[in-house]
Amino acid sequence: MTIITCDHLDKVYPVAVKEPGLKGTLSHFFQRQHRLVKAVQGVSFQIDPAEVVGFLGPNGAGKTTTLKMLTGLIHPSGGQVQVAGHIPFRRHAKFLTKITLVMGQKQQLLWDLPALDSLKINAAVYQISRREFEYRVDELSDMLALRGKLTQPVRKLSLGERMKAELLAALLHHPQVLFLDEPTLGLDVNAQVSVREFLKEYNQRYNATILLTSHYMADITALCDRVLLIHQGQLIYDGALNQLMSRFAPYREVKLELVQPPDPADLQKYGEVEAVTGREVRLLVRRADLTPTVSKILANLQVLDLTITDPPIEEIIGRVFQSGKVT
Amino acid sequence: MTALFRKIKAFLVVYYAYMLEYRAELLLWVLANSLPLIMMGVWSQAATGGQFSLTALDFARYFIAVFVVRQFTIVWVIWDFEREVVEGKLSPRLLQPIDPVWHHVAGHASERLARLPFSTGLVILFFILYPQAFWWPNLMGLIGGILAIVLAFTLRFIIQYTFALFAFWVERATAIEQLWFLFYLFLSGMIAPLDLFPDAVRNVVEWTPFPYLIYFPVSLLVGIPTPVAKGFAIMLAWCGLGLLINRWLWRRGIKHYSGMGA
Repeated sequence: MTIITCDHLDKVYPVAVKEPGLKGTLSHFFQRQHRLVKAVQGVSFQIDPAEVVGFLGPNGAGKTTTLKMLTGLIHPSGGQVQVAGHIPFRRHAKFLTKITLVMGQKQQLLWDLPALDSLKINAAVYQISRREFEYRVDELSDMLALRGKLTQPVRKLSLGERMKAELLAALLHHPQVLFLDEPTLGLDVNAQVSVREFLKEYNQRYNATILLTSHYMADITALCDRVLLIHQGQLIYDGALNQLMSRFAPYREVKLELVQPPDPADLQKYGEVEAVTGREVRLLVRRADLTPTVSKILANLQVLDLTITDPPIEEIIGRVFQSGKVT
Repeated sequence: MTALFRKIKAFLVVYYAYMLEYRAELLLWVLANSLPLIMMGVWSQAATGGQFSLTALDFARYFIAVFVVRQFTIVWVIWDFEREVVEGKLSPRLLQPIDPVWHHVAGHASERLARLPFSTGLVILFFILYPQAFWWPNLMGLIGGILAIVLAFTLRFIIQYTFALFAFWVERATAIEQLWFLFYLFLSGMIAPLDLFPDAVRNVVEWTPFPYLIYFPVSLLVGIPTPVAKGFAIMLAWCGLGLLINRWLWRRGIKHYSGMGA
Protein backbone atom coordinates (compact mmCIF):
# COMPACT_ATOMS: atom_id res chain seq x y z
CA MET A 1 0.00 0.00 0.00
CA THR A 2 1.59 3.25 -1.13
CA ILE A 3 1.16 6.58 0.64
CA ILE A 4 2.14 8.80 -2.30
CA THR A 5 1.14 8.03 -5.86
CA CYS A 6 1.87 10.23 -8.86
CA ASP A 7 0.66 9.09 -12.22
CA HIS A 8 1.75 11.07 -15.29
CA LEU A 9 1.68 14.31 -13.39
CA ASP A 10 1.93 17.46 -15.53
CA LYS A 11 2.11 21.13 -14.74
CA VAL A 12 2.06 23.73 -17.47
CA TYR A 13 1.85 27.43 -16.69
CA PRO A 14 2.03 30.62 -18.71
CA VAL A 15 4.94 32.99 -18.21
CA ALA A 16 4.90 36.57 -19.50
CA VAL A 17 7.63 37.23 -22.02
CA LYS A 18 9.11 40.71 -22.41
CA GLU A 19 11.77 41.87 -24.86
CA PRO A 20 14.38 44.24 -23.41
CA GLY A 21 14.40 47.95 -24.24
CA LEU A 22 11.73 50.64 -24.62
CA LYS A 23 10.04 48.97 -27.59
CA GLY A 24 9.77 45.75 -25.66
CA THR A 25 8.42 47.58 -22.61
CA LEU A 26 5.72 49.39 -24.63
CA SER A 27 4.63 46.30 -26.53
CA HIS A 28 4.57 44.40 -23.22
CA PHE A 29 2.33 47.14 -21.77
CA PHE A 30 -0.17 47.08 -24.63
CA GLN A 31 -0.07 43.43 -25.58
CA ARG A 32 1.20 40.84 -23.16
CA GLN A 33 2.91 37.85 -24.73
CA HIS A 34 2.99 34.60 -22.84
CA ARG A 35 4.74 31.34 -23.40
CA LEU A 36 3.79 28.06 -21.82
CA VAL A 37 6.35 26.50 -19.53
CA LYS A 38 6.16 22.76 -18.99
CA ALA A 39 7.41 22.69 -15.41
CA VAL A 40 6.54 19.03 -14.82
CA GLN A 41 5.92 16.44 -17.55
CA GLY A 42 4.54 12.96 -17.07
CA VAL A 43 6.08 12.38 -13.66
CA SER A 44 5.09 9.03 -12.14
CA PHE A 45 6.31 7.43 -8.93
CA GLN A 46 5.05 5.73 -5.80
CA ILE A 47 6.31 5.99 -2.26
CA ASP A 48 5.58 3.53 0.53
CA PRO A 49 4.83 4.53 4.12
CA ALA A 50 7.92 5.31 6.24
CA GLU A 51 10.19 5.63 3.21
CA VAL A 52 12.66 8.51 3.07
CA VAL A 53 13.16 9.55 -0.52
CA GLY A 54 15.50 12.20 -1.90
CA PHE A 55 14.16 14.35 -4.70
CA LEU A 56 17.03 15.76 -6.70
CA GLY A 57 17.34 18.05 -9.64
CA PRO A 58 19.07 21.22 -10.75
CA ASN A 59 17.41 24.59 -10.16
CA GLY A 60 14.21 24.93 -12.18
CA ALA A 61 13.94 21.18 -12.81
CA GLY A 62 10.42 20.97 -11.34
CA LYS A 63 11.10 19.74 -7.79
CA THR A 64 9.27 22.50 -5.94
CA THR A 65 6.40 22.50 -8.45
CA THR A 66 5.98 18.77 -7.85
CA LEU A 67 6.03 19.29 -4.08
CA LYS A 68 3.42 22.04 -4.43
CA MET A 69 1.17 19.64 -6.36
CA LEU A 70 1.70 16.90 -3.79
CA THR A 71 0.71 19.23 -0.96
CA GLY A 72 -2.29 20.64 -2.81
CA LEU A 73 -0.93 24.17 -3.09
CA ILE A 74 -1.31 24.13 -6.86
CA HIS A 75 -3.53 22.20 -9.23
CA PRO A 76 -1.88 19.79 -11.66
CA SER A 77 -2.52 20.46 -15.37
CA GLY A 78 -2.77 16.72 -15.96
CA GLY A 79 -2.30 13.30 -14.41
CA GLN A 80 -3.35 11.87 -11.10
CA VAL A 81 -1.96 12.40 -7.64
CA GLN A 82 -2.90 10.88 -4.33
CA VAL A 83 -1.30 11.45 -0.94
CA ALA A 84 -2.35 9.65 2.26
CA GLY A 85 -5.56 8.53 0.57
CA HIS A 86 -6.57 12.05 -0.51
CA ILE A 87 -6.48 14.14 -3.65
CA PRO A 88 -4.27 16.99 -2.44
CA PHE A 89 -5.73 20.00 -4.29
CA ARG A 90 -9.12 19.41 -2.71
CA ARG A 91 -7.39 20.52 0.51
CA HIS A 92 -9.58 18.47 2.79
CA ALA A 93 -9.04 19.27 6.47
CA LYS A 94 -8.28 15.58 7.11
CA PHE A 95 -5.62 15.60 4.42
CA LEU A 96 -4.04 18.79 5.75
CA THR A 97 -3.68 17.28 9.22
CA LYS A 98 -1.76 14.33 7.72
CA ILE A 99 0.89 16.31 5.85
CA THR A 100 3.35 19.11 6.25
CA LEU A 101 5.57 21.11 3.95
CA VAL A 102 8.71 22.77 5.19
CA MET A 103 10.31 25.24 2.85
CA GLY A 104 13.81 26.38 3.74
CA GLN A 105 13.20 29.92 2.56
CA LYS A 106 9.61 30.35 3.79
CA GLN A 107 8.48 30.76 7.34
CA GLN A 108 5.19 30.31 9.10
CA LEU A 109 6.25 31.59 12.54
CA LEU A 110 5.25 35.13 13.49
CA TRP A 111 8.49 37.10 13.21
CA ASP A 112 8.09 39.45 16.17
CA LEU A 113 6.71 36.97 18.70
CA PRO A 114 8.24 33.99 20.47
CA ALA A 115 7.81 30.74 18.54
CA LEU A 116 5.67 29.43 21.40
CA ASP A 117 2.90 31.90 20.47
CA SER A 118 2.76 30.63 16.90
CA LEU A 119 2.79 27.08 18.25
CA LYS A 120 -0.27 27.90 20.38
CA ILE A 121 -2.13 28.95 17.25
CA ASN A 122 -1.10 25.70 15.57
CA ALA A 123 -2.26 23.72 18.60
CA ALA A 124 -5.69 25.36 18.39
CA VAL A 125 -5.90 24.91 14.61
CA TYR A 126 -4.97 21.22 14.77
CA GLN A 127 -7.09 20.71 17.91
CA ILE A 128 -4.25 19.42 20.05
CA SER A 129 -5.21 19.33 23.73
CA ARG A 130 -3.24 21.49 26.17
CA ARG A 131 -1.60 18.47 27.80
CA GLU A 132 -0.72 16.88 24.51
CA PHE A 133 0.59 20.24 23.26
CA GLU A 134 2.92 20.57 26.24
CA TYR A 135 4.12 16.98 25.82
CA ARG A 136 4.80 17.39 22.10
CA VAL A 137 6.56 20.73 22.49
CA ASP A 138 8.76 19.19 25.20
CA GLU A 139 9.50 16.14 23.11
CA LEU A 140 10.22 17.99 19.88
CA SER A 141 12.27 20.73 21.54
CA ASP A 142 14.37 18.01 23.17
CA MET A 143 14.88 16.27 19.85
CA LEU A 144 15.77 19.57 18.20
CA ALA A 145 17.81 20.94 21.12
CA LEU A 146 15.58 23.99 21.25
CA ARG A 147 14.90 24.19 24.97
CA GLY A 148 14.74 27.76 26.22
CA LYS A 149 14.62 29.13 22.70
CA LEU A 150 10.87 29.02 22.17
CA THR A 151 10.20 31.98 24.45
CA GLN A 152 12.52 34.30 22.52
CA PRO A 153 11.14 36.38 19.65
CA VAL A 154 11.70 34.51 16.38
CA ARG A 155 13.65 37.45 14.95
CA LYS A 156 16.23 37.04 17.74
CA LEU A 157 16.95 33.39 16.91
CA SER A 158 19.90 32.34 14.78
CA LEU A 159 19.14 30.97 11.32
CA GLY A 160 19.69 27.41 12.52
CA GLU A 161 17.46 27.85 15.57
CA ARG A 162 14.78 29.48 13.44
CA MET A 163 14.84 26.60 10.97
CA LYS A 164 14.53 24.12 13.83
CA ALA A 165 11.66 26.13 15.31
CA GLU A 166 10.00 26.08 11.87
CA LEU A 167 10.41 22.31 11.83
CA LEU A 168 8.88 22.07 15.27
CA ALA A 169 5.89 24.16 14.14
CA ALA A 170 5.50 22.08 11.01
CA LEU A 171 5.58 18.81 12.95
CA LEU A 172 3.55 19.73 16.01
CA HIS A 173 0.50 17.95 14.60
CA HIS A 174 2.53 14.78 13.99
CA PRO A 175 2.01 14.56 10.23
CA GLN A 176 2.38 11.20 8.49
CA VAL A 177 3.92 12.67 5.37
CA LEU A 178 6.67 15.28 5.38
CA PHE A 179 7.55 17.27 2.30
CA LEU A 180 10.81 19.07 2.91
CA ASP A 181 12.08 21.59 0.40
CA GLU A 182 15.70 22.51 1.19
CA PRO A 183 15.28 22.19 4.96
CA THR A 184 18.97 22.85 5.62
CA LEU A 185 19.37 25.78 3.23
CA GLY A 186 21.86 28.31 4.53
CA LEU A 187 22.56 26.43 7.77
CA ASP A 188 26.08 25.87 9.09
CA VAL A 189 27.48 22.35 9.20
CA ASN A 190 26.52 21.71 12.84
CA ALA A 191 22.94 22.87 12.32
CA GLN A 192 22.71 20.77 9.14
CA VAL A 193 23.83 17.69 11.05
CA SER A 194 21.35 18.26 13.87
CA VAL A 195 18.44 18.78 11.44
CA ARG A 196 19.43 15.58 9.63
CA GLU A 197 19.63 13.63 12.87
CA PHE A 198 16.28 14.98 13.95
CA LEU A 199 14.62 13.95 10.68
CA LYS A 200 16.10 10.48 10.95
CA GLU A 201 14.81 10.11 14.49
CA TYR A 202 11.38 11.50 13.62
CA ASN A 203 11.09 9.06 10.71
CA GLN A 204 11.99 6.11 12.93
CA ARG A 205 9.86 7.17 15.90
CA TYR A 206 6.68 7.95 13.96
CA ASN A 207 7.12 5.86 10.79
CA ALA A 208 6.72 9.09 8.88
CA THR A 209 7.20 9.22 5.13
CA ILE A 210 9.65 11.88 3.98
CA LEU A 211 10.18 13.33 0.53
CA LEU A 212 13.14 15.65 0.66
CA THR A 213 14.79 18.03 -1.77
CA SER A 214 18.22 19.37 -0.99
CA HIS A 215 21.23 20.74 -2.75
CA TYR A 216 23.39 19.39 0.07
CA MET A 217 24.22 15.86 -0.94
CA ALA A 218 25.15 15.07 2.66
CA ASP A 219 21.42 15.41 3.49
CA ILE A 220 20.58 12.87 0.84
CA THR A 221 23.30 10.36 1.68
CA ALA A 222 22.54 10.60 5.41
CA LEU A 223 18.78 10.15 5.08
CA CYS A 224 17.75 8.56 1.78
CA ASP A 225 18.21 5.08 0.41
CA ARG A 226 16.15 5.94 -2.62
CA VAL A 227 16.36 8.96 -4.88
CA LEU A 228 14.23 10.46 -7.62
CA LEU A 229 16.10 12.52 -10.19
CA ILE A 230 14.16 15.12 -12.12
CA HIS A 231 15.56 16.98 -15.09
CA GLN A 232 13.69 19.56 -17.17
CA GLY A 233 10.40 18.47 -15.63
CA GLN A 234 10.90 14.78 -16.36
CA LEU A 235 11.78 11.99 -13.98
CA ILE A 236 15.03 10.44 -15.23
CA TYR A 237 15.83 8.10 -12.37
CA ASP A 238 13.94 6.38 -9.59
CA GLY A 239 15.90 3.89 -7.55
CA ALA A 240 18.50 3.17 -4.93
CA LEU A 241 21.20 5.72 -4.35
CA ASN A 242 23.87 2.97 -4.33
CA GLN A 243 22.76 1.71 -7.71
CA LEU A 244 22.99 5.18 -9.14
CA MET A 245 26.50 5.48 -7.77
CA SER A 246 27.72 2.25 -9.29
CA ARG A 247 25.97 2.92 -12.60
CA PHE A 248 27.26 6.44 -12.93
CA ALA A 249 30.55 6.06 -11.17
CA PRO A 250 32.07 2.87 -12.58
CA TYR A 251 35.43 4.10 -11.30
CA ARG A 252 36.85 4.37 -7.83
CA GLU A 253 39.52 6.76 -6.85
CA VAL A 254 42.86 5.33 -5.62
CA LYS A 255 45.09 7.79 -3.77
CA LEU A 256 48.72 6.82 -3.32
CA GLU A 257 51.60 8.26 -1.38
CA LEU A 258 54.83 6.90 -2.79
CA VAL A 259 58.37 6.83 -1.43
CA GLN A 260 59.70 8.64 -4.52
CA PRO A 261 58.05 10.85 -7.16
CA PRO A 262 56.87 8.49 -9.93
CA ASP A 263 57.11 8.71 -13.70
CA PRO A 264 53.56 9.61 -14.83
CA ALA A 265 53.90 7.52 -18.01
CA ASP A 266 54.62 4.53 -15.84
CA LEU A 267 51.37 4.98 -13.90
CA GLN A 268 49.06 4.73 -16.89
CA LYS A 269 49.09 0.94 -16.90
CA TYR A 270 47.27 0.98 -13.53
CA GLY A 271 44.43 3.32 -14.49
CA GLU A 272 43.46 6.81 -15.58
CA VAL A 273 45.87 9.28 -13.97
CA GLU A 274 43.88 12.12 -12.44
CA ALA A 275 46.71 14.03 -10.83
CA VAL A 276 50.34 13.67 -9.79
CA THR A 277 51.61 16.11 -7.17
CA GLY A 278 55.14 15.30 -6.06
CA ARG A 279 54.92 11.90 -4.37
CA GLU A 280 51.13 11.91 -4.31
CA VAL A 281 49.11 10.28 -7.06
CA ARG A 282 45.38 10.07 -7.79
CA LEU A 283 44.21 7.31 -10.12
CA LEU A 284 40.77 6.31 -11.40
CA VAL A 285 40.43 2.54 -11.51
CA ARG A 286 37.46 0.53 -12.86
CA ARG A 287 35.51 -1.09 -10.04
CA ALA A 288 35.87 -4.53 -11.69
CA ASP A 289 39.67 -4.17 -11.91
CA LEU A 290 40.16 -2.74 -8.45
CA THR A 291 41.52 -5.76 -6.57
CA PRO A 292 44.09 -6.95 -9.18
CA THR A 293 45.18 -3.37 -9.85
CA VAL A 294 45.78 -2.61 -6.17
CA SER A 295 47.75 -5.87 -5.86
CA LYS A 296 49.90 -4.85 -8.84
CA ILE A 297 50.49 -1.38 -7.42
CA LEU A 298 51.57 -2.79 -4.08
CA ALA A 299 53.87 -5.31 -5.80
CA ASN A 300 55.49 -2.87 -8.25
CA LEU A 301 55.60 0.49 -6.46
CA GLN A 302 57.00 1.56 -3.11
CA VAL A 303 53.80 2.67 -1.40
CA LEU A 304 53.71 4.59 1.89
CA ASP A 305 49.95 5.04 2.01
CA LEU A 306 46.96 3.94 -0.08
CA THR A 307 43.29 4.97 0.15
CA ILE A 308 40.33 4.02 -2.03
CA THR A 309 37.28 6.29 -2.22
CA ASP A 310 34.16 6.84 -4.30
CA PRO A 311 34.13 10.03 -6.31
CA PRO A 312 32.05 12.73 -4.53
CA ILE A 313 28.32 12.17 -5.05
CA GLU A 314 27.88 15.78 -6.17
CA GLU A 315 30.15 14.94 -9.10
CA ILE A 316 28.09 11.87 -10.02
CA ILE A 317 24.77 13.69 -9.82
CA GLY A 318 26.26 16.61 -11.74
CA ARG A 319 27.34 14.20 -14.47
CA VAL A 320 23.79 12.75 -14.64
CA PHE A 321 22.22 16.19 -14.96
CA GLN A 322 24.75 17.24 -17.58
CA SER A 323 23.85 14.31 -19.78
CA GLY A 324 20.13 14.61 -18.91
CA LYS A 325 19.69 10.85 -18.77
CA VAL A 326 20.69 7.94 -16.62
CA THR A 327 21.01 5.08 -19.09
CA MET B 1 -17.88 24.33 20.40
CA THR B 2 -15.00 24.18 22.90
CA ALA B 3 -12.56 23.75 19.99
CA LEU B 4 -14.04 26.82 18.30
CA PHE B 5 -13.69 28.94 21.46
CA ARG B 6 -10.15 27.68 21.90
CA LYS B 7 -9.30 28.72 18.36
CA ILE B 8 -10.85 32.16 18.82
CA LYS B 9 -9.05 32.64 22.15
CA ALA B 10 -5.67 31.46 20.82
CA PHE B 11 -5.91 33.67 17.72
CA LEU B 12 -7.01 36.78 19.64
CA VAL B 13 -4.47 36.39 22.45
CA VAL B 14 -1.56 35.79 20.07
CA TYR B 15 -2.51 38.53 17.61
CA TYR B 16 -3.12 40.96 20.49
CA ALA B 17 0.45 40.26 21.64
CA TYR B 18 1.58 40.73 18.03
CA MET B 19 -0.13 44.12 17.75
CA LEU B 20 1.28 45.30 21.07
CA GLU B 21 4.77 44.75 19.67
CA TYR B 22 4.23 47.94 17.65
CA ARG B 23 3.42 50.48 20.37
CA ALA B 24 4.80 53.56 18.64
CA GLU B 25 3.23 52.49 15.36
CA LEU B 26 -0.17 52.15 17.04
CA LEU B 27 -0.09 55.73 18.27
CA LEU B 28 1.00 56.94 14.84
CA TRP B 29 -1.83 55.00 13.18
CA VAL B 30 -4.33 56.64 15.51
CA LEU B 31 -2.92 60.08 14.71
CA ALA B 32 -2.69 59.29 11.00
CA ASN B 33 -6.44 58.88 10.97
CA SER B 34 -7.16 62.32 12.32
CA LEU B 35 -8.59 63.60 9.02
CA PRO B 36 -12.07 63.82 10.64
CA LEU B 37 -10.63 66.20 13.26
CA ILE B 38 -9.25 68.43 10.50
CA MET B 39 -12.60 68.32 8.70
CA MET B 40 -14.25 69.22 12.01
CA GLY B 41 -12.23 72.42 12.17
CA VAL B 42 -13.03 73.29 8.56
CA TRP B 43 -16.78 72.67 8.82
CA SER B 44 -17.21 74.22 12.27
CA GLN B 45 -15.57 77.35 10.95
CA ALA B 46 -17.73 77.28 7.83
CA ALA B 47 -20.88 76.78 9.93
CA THR B 48 -20.30 79.96 11.87
CA GLY B 49 -20.43 82.03 8.68
CA GLY B 50 -22.68 80.00 6.34
CA GLN B 51 -26.21 78.60 6.09
CA PHE B 52 -26.10 74.87 6.89
CA SER B 53 -28.57 72.45 8.40
CA LEU B 54 -25.98 71.67 11.11
CA THR B 55 -24.51 74.07 13.68
CA ALA B 56 -20.82 74.33 14.55
CA LEU B 57 -21.50 72.16 17.63
CA ASP B 58 -23.32 69.56 15.47
CA PHE B 59 -20.31 69.43 13.16
CA ALA B 60 -17.96 68.97 16.11
CA ARG B 61 -20.01 66.05 17.44
CA TYR B 62 -20.42 64.58 13.97
CA PHE B 63 -16.69 64.55 13.23
CA ILE B 64 -15.59 63.28 16.64
CA ALA B 65 -18.04 60.42 16.05
CA VAL B 66 -16.54 59.93 12.57
CA PHE B 67 -13.12 59.72 14.23
CA VAL B 68 -14.39 57.04 16.62
CA VAL B 69 -16.10 55.03 13.88
CA ARG B 70 -12.98 55.21 11.70
CA GLN B 71 -10.86 53.91 14.59
CA PHE B 72 -13.04 50.81 14.76
CA THR B 73 -13.50 50.22 11.04
CA ILE B 74 -10.02 50.64 9.61
CA VAL B 75 -9.07 47.70 7.40
CA TRP B 76 -5.72 46.91 5.76
CA VAL B 77 -6.21 43.28 4.75
CA ILE B 78 -5.58 44.00 1.07
CA TRP B 79 -1.97 45.11 1.68
CA ASP B 80 -1.18 42.02 3.76
CA PHE B 81 -2.97 39.61 1.47
CA GLU B 82 -1.41 40.99 -1.71
CA ARG B 83 2.04 40.53 -0.19
CA GLU B 84 1.18 36.99 0.88
CA VAL B 85 0.09 36.07 -2.64
CA VAL B 86 2.87 37.82 -4.53
CA GLU B 87 5.63 36.52 -2.25
CA GLY B 88 4.17 33.04 -1.81
CA LYS B 89 3.69 33.57 1.94
CA LEU B 90 0.15 32.33 1.60
CA SER B 91 1.46 28.79 1.06
CA PRO B 92 2.16 27.84 4.70
CA ARG B 93 -1.29 29.12 5.69
CA LEU B 94 -2.99 27.19 2.91
CA LEU B 95 -1.51 24.03 4.35
CA GLN B 96 -3.36 24.45 7.64
CA PRO B 97 -6.89 23.15 8.10
CA ILE B 98 -8.33 26.61 8.66
CA ASP B 99 -9.22 29.36 6.21
CA PRO B 100 -6.30 31.84 6.12
CA VAL B 101 -8.75 34.73 6.41
CA TRP B 102 -9.11 34.05 10.16
CA HIS B 103 -5.53 35.16 10.67
CA HIS B 104 -6.47 38.54 9.18
CA VAL B 105 -9.76 38.75 11.08
CA ALA B 106 -7.92 38.03 14.34
CA GLY B 107 -5.25 40.59 13.47
CA HIS B 108 -7.85 43.27 12.81
CA ALA B 109 -9.99 42.42 15.85
CA SER B 110 -7.06 42.44 18.27
CA GLU B 111 -5.67 45.61 16.74
CA ARG B 112 -8.95 47.31 17.72
CA LEU B 113 -8.26 46.36 21.34
CA ALA B 114 -4.63 47.43 21.16
CA ARG B 115 -5.61 50.77 19.64
CA LEU B 116 -8.44 51.40 22.11
CA PRO B 117 -6.42 53.13 24.89
CA PHE B 118 -4.81 55.53 22.40
CA SER B 119 -8.03 56.50 20.63
CA THR B 120 -9.94 56.75 23.93
CA GLY B 121 -7.22 59.05 25.25
CA LEU B 122 -7.56 61.29 22.22
CA VAL B 123 -11.37 61.46 22.54
CA ILE B 124 -11.10 62.32 26.26
CA LEU B 125 -8.54 65.01 25.43
CA PHE B 126 -10.91 66.40 22.80
CA PHE B 127 -13.77 66.69 25.28
CA ILE B 128 -11.49 68.29 27.89
CA LEU B 129 -10.50 70.93 25.34
CA TYR B 130 -14.02 71.35 23.95
CA PRO B 131 -16.41 70.41 26.82
CA GLN B 132 -19.51 71.97 25.24
CA ALA B 133 -19.29 69.35 22.45
CA PHE B 134 -19.76 66.51 24.97
CA TRP B 135 -22.96 64.50 24.70
CA TRP B 136 -24.34 61.14 25.75
CA PRO B 137 -26.11 59.25 22.99
CA ASN B 138 -29.49 57.80 24.06
CA LEU B 139 -29.51 54.07 24.84
CA MET B 140 -31.03 53.01 21.51
CA GLY B 141 -28.61 55.25 19.66
CA LEU B 142 -25.68 53.75 21.56
CA ILE B 143 -26.73 50.13 21.01
CA GLY B 144 -27.62 50.80 17.37
CA GLY B 145 -24.41 52.74 16.88
CA ILE B 146 -22.22 49.95 18.32
CA LEU B 147 -24.04 47.36 16.22
CA ALA B 148 -23.67 49.55 13.14
CA ILE B 149 -19.92 49.97 13.82
CA VAL B 150 -19.48 46.18 14.05
CA LEU B 151 -21.42 45.73 10.82
CA ALA B 152 -19.56 48.61 9.15
CA PHE B 153 -16.25 46.93 9.99
CA THR B 154 -17.59 43.59 8.71
CA LEU B 155 -18.77 45.16 5.47
CA ARG B 156 -15.57 47.11 4.90
CA PHE B 157 -13.51 43.99 5.64
CA ILE B 158 -15.55 41.85 3.25
CA ILE B 159 -15.31 44.45 0.48
CA GLN B 160 -11.58 44.99 0.88
CA TYR B 161 -10.85 41.28 1.21
CA THR B 162 -12.86 40.68 -1.96
CA PHE B 163 -10.70 43.25 -3.78
CA ALA B 164 -7.66 41.58 -2.24
CA LEU B 165 -8.56 38.28 -3.89
CA PHE B 166 -7.85 39.88 -7.27
CA ALA B 167 -4.20 39.58 -6.26
CA PHE B 168 -4.45 36.00 -7.53
CA TRP B 169 -4.74 37.45 -11.05
CA VAL B 170 -3.48 41.03 -11.16
CA GLU B 171 -0.82 41.00 -8.42
CA ARG B 172 -1.42 44.72 -7.69
CA ALA B 173 -4.86 44.50 -6.15
CA THR B 174 -4.15 47.49 -3.91
CA ALA B 175 -4.72 49.74 -6.95
CA ILE B 176 -8.40 48.71 -6.88
CA GLU B 177 -8.63 49.70 -3.23
CA GLN B 178 -7.02 53.06 -3.95
CA LEU B 179 -9.64 53.84 -6.60
CA TRP B 180 -12.39 52.64 -4.27
CA PHE B 181 -11.01 54.80 -1.47
CA LEU B 182 -11.71 57.95 -3.49
CA PHE B 183 -15.43 57.12 -3.55
CA TYR B 184 -15.30 55.99 0.07
CA LEU B 185 -13.76 59.30 1.11
CA PHE B 186 -16.54 61.42 -0.41
CA LEU B 187 -19.60 59.19 -0.24
CA SER B 188 -19.16 57.64 3.22
CA GLY B 189 -19.60 60.94 5.04
CA MET B 190 -15.98 61.24 6.08
CA ILE B 191 -15.35 64.58 4.34
CA ALA B 192 -18.82 66.01 4.88
CA PRO B 193 -22.09 64.78 6.39
CA LEU B 194 -24.39 63.40 3.70
CA ASP B 195 -27.03 65.90 4.89
CA LEU B 196 -25.08 68.53 2.95
CA PHE B 197 -25.25 66.57 -0.33
CA PRO B 198 -27.95 67.33 -2.94
CA ASP B 199 -31.04 65.10 -2.57
CA ALA B 200 -30.48 63.48 -5.98
CA VAL B 201 -27.00 62.34 -4.95
CA ARG B 202 -28.20 61.13 -1.54
CA ASN B 203 -31.01 59.13 -3.13
CA VAL B 204 -28.53 57.20 -5.24
CA VAL B 205 -25.78 56.92 -2.65
CA GLU B 206 -28.05 55.43 0.01
CA TRP B 207 -28.28 52.22 -2.05
CA THR B 208 -24.49 51.86 -2.22
CA PRO B 209 -22.40 50.50 0.68
CA PHE B 210 -20.57 53.82 1.23
CA PRO B 211 -22.83 55.72 3.69
CA TYR B 212 -23.13 52.64 5.89
CA LEU B 213 -19.40 52.56 6.48
CA ILE B 214 -19.34 55.87 8.37
CA TYR B 215 -22.39 58.12 8.03
CA PHE B 216 -24.96 55.58 9.24
CA PRO B 217 -23.21 54.53 12.49
CA VAL B 218 -22.28 58.17 13.15
CA SER B 219 -25.90 59.28 12.66
CA LEU B 220 -27.05 56.71 15.21
CA LEU B 221 -24.47 57.85 17.75
CA VAL B 222 -25.00 61.58 17.23
CA GLY B 223 -28.77 61.35 16.84
CA ILE B 224 -29.18 62.50 13.22
CA PRO B 225 -32.57 61.14 12.07
CA THR B 226 -31.97 58.15 9.80
CA PRO B 227 -34.09 55.13 8.76
CA VAL B 228 -32.59 52.52 11.11
CA ALA B 229 -34.20 49.29 9.87
CA LYS B 230 -33.60 50.18 6.23
CA GLY B 231 -29.99 51.05 7.01
CA PHE B 232 -29.28 47.71 8.72
CA ALA B 233 -31.12 45.81 5.97
CA ILE B 234 -29.01 47.43 3.24
CA MET B 235 -25.81 46.75 5.22
CA LEU B 236 -26.72 43.09 5.66
CA ALA B 237 -27.61 42.79 2.00
CA TRP B 238 -24.22 44.21 0.94
CA CYS B 239 -22.45 41.92 3.42
CA GLY B 240 -24.29 38.91 1.98
CA LEU B 241 -23.56 39.88 -1.62
CA GLY B 242 -19.93 40.64 -0.81
CA LEU B 243 -19.55 37.30 0.92
CA LEU B 244 -20.98 35.41 -2.06
CA ILE B 245 -18.64 37.14 -4.52
CA ASN B 246 -15.77 36.70 -2.08
CA ARG B 247 -16.20 32.93 -1.76
CA TRP B 248 -16.63 32.55 -5.52
CA LEU B 249 -13.42 34.49 -6.18
CA TRP B 250 -11.57 32.55 -3.46
CA ARG B 251 -12.43 29.20 -5.02
CA ARG B 252 -11.30 30.39 -8.45
CA GLY B 253 -8.27 32.26 -7.14
CA ILE B 254 -6.92 29.32 -5.22
CA LYS B 255 -6.91 27.30 -8.46
CA HIS B 256 -4.98 30.09 -10.10
CA TYR B 257 -2.47 30.44 -7.26
CA SER B 258 1.02 29.37 -8.16
CA GLY B 259 2.76 29.85 -4.80
CA MET B 260 5.20 32.29 -6.33
CA GLY B 261 8.56 32.56 -4.73
CA ALA B 262 7.88 29.46 -2.69
